[in-house]
Amino acid sequence: MHMLYMIFIDPFMQMAQAPDLFAQTLWDGLVAGVLYALIALGFVLIFKASGVFNFAQGIMVVFAALTLVGLHDAGLNAFLALALTIGVMFILAFTVERAVLRPLVNQPDIILFMATFGITYVLIGFGEYVFGGDPKVMPTDAFYLPKGAITYHTLGGMVQFQKLDIAAAIVASIMVAGLAVFFSKTRIGRALRAVADSHEAALSVGISLEQIWVIVWFAAGLVALVTGIFWGARSDVSFALEVIALKALPVLILGGFTSVPGAIVGGLIIGLGEKLFEFYWGPLMGGGTDAWFAYVIALVFLLFRPQGLFGEKIIERI
Amino acid sequence: MRAPTNGPDVAAGDVLLAVENVSLSFGGVRAVSDVSFDIRKGEIRAIIGPNGAGKTSMLNVINGFYHPQEGRITFKGQTRPKMRPYEAADGGIARTFQNVALFRGMTALDNIMAGRSLKMNKSFFWQLLRYGPAMQEEVEHRARVEEIIDFLKIQEIRRIPVGRLPYGLQKRVELGRALAMEPELLLLDEPMAGMNLEEKEDMSRFILDVNDHYGTTIALIEHDMGVVMDLSDRVVVLDHGEKIADGTPDEIKSNQAVIDAYLGVAH
Repeated sequence: MHMLYMIFIDPFMQMAQAPDLFAQTLWDGLVAGVLYALIALGFVLIFKASGVFNFAQGIMVVFAALTLVGLHDAGLNAFLALALTIGVMFILAFTVERAVLRPLVNQPDIILFMATFGITYVLIGFGEYVFGGDPKVMPTDAFYLPKGAITYHTLGGMVQFQKLDIAAAIVASIMVAGLAVFFSKTRIGRALRAVADSHEAALSVGISLEQIWVIVWFAAGLVALVTGIFWGARSDVSFALEVIALKALPVLILGGFTSVPGAIVGGLIIGLGEKLFEFYWGPLMGGGTDAWFAYVIALVFLLFRPQGLFGEKIIERI
Repeated sequence: MRAPTNGPDVAAGDVLLAVENVSLSFGGVRAVSDVSFDIRKGEIRAIIGPNGAGKTSMLNVINGFYHPQEGRITFKGQTRPKMRPYEAADGGIARTFQNVALFRGMTALDNIMAGRSLKMNKSFFWQLLRYGPAMQEEVEHRARVEEIIDFLKIQEIRRIPVGRLPYGLQKRVELGRALAMEPELLLLDEPMAGMNLEEKEDMSRFILDVNDHYGTTIALIEHDMGVVMDLSDRVVVLDHGEKIADGTPDEIKSNQAVIDAYLGVAH
């Protein structure tokens, strides 16, 4: 009886009694959600255009952030370092297309998926060789990232908004809006959607798959860079960041693998759910729930709505 | 047989595309063996044959989807052993597919706009801004696409995602997308498969109009013999990957090898 009370009644009483804490938890959840959404966005871009689940997206986040910090530590001006990092992400996209995707064209999806594992380990090895394995600190000042927090005394207490988190949310929104316009309104965006729908038809109208793949991997690289900057600024830049990319999997299951809005909504739901659950229900089971909560939600979705919230329903003809 | 049109005598016209001794196999299966024929500028050329004769494989060779192991192809005077689909499209070869390969999630309008991909070349940067030259370019091409939409009489469906359209209309949108490329050679893979009589008549008229008004050379695969005999200037017949006959519809109709291939030979 007491257990049921603790699960179903008490958490909501707490929310009502301390609305400031509730608001703070909501905000923290949203911020985490934005970053999950960014990672998931990188996956969606590549999955849409080539049907490949890119396991290397997580390491691309680390690699982009490491390159940026590494170049800055080597004494380069921050903006020069940023420009060079963008160049490196382009070279990476180009190399992946030439060395991995092109030789494997028309192979089954599982083979391309395994190839992205290969890319992951190559990037880990290359990254450690060039930049070393130690965690690095993101030079937030050099990139004019805001510091400190805005504190509101309200709701019978106070709520804190980290300025960095606000900046991350704004940048993420701009990027998503930009991608949406680009996808729907330009020739290359149209070509990207065309490739996602039918490879052979796209080829027949003269859309070059090679070119599209480079663009898509480059876009995913840019998303990875932005994710890496903001995530790196909250903790530090190390290979451990790669693990957070796995959180994108439940986000994608929730949002659907092919949907950009799905990635965003999925990310926000997972971020919010995780933080709320940990704060109000976590103590009941000894904490640490945010390590598994997202995957349980994903499991529930797989049982009842496997195509996700926004994914296209797949009806196979048999 | 079509009534002779005014203008250059098709039967003696320039060769637009020549296929010479082309052989294609997949592993041990020989799909096309030692086939040669040509397509002349301005004609409607039919490729016919029983199921599995290698007709679609032949189209796939012409637009660069398949690379034949032997033989060569000459298009607009340029000979090549193999070509990529992108280069074929860039050189002026457009096609439609047997099972309709449209971009199903996109509207009819966007599908046809996609056919303009190669004609639009303003830089990535301008497109990103959707401003200046790229915007102007988008508008110009939209005008061309609207002409095609008028021509094919599909004004009402231009905003509908093509996945939701009935089959006959999908085929028309697919033809529109190919026309948007302003091709010199249009390859049609069973443009009338699965259509009722009325739809077939419409499609036949579109094909003749394309040929007359735009002067587009057309190569088509079709099973409906009535349609083939009405539309085409010349017919090539394949069976088991080999060419068994080549000539005008009248010659083909009375060719013994063709009759045997279609009806079987008495043993």
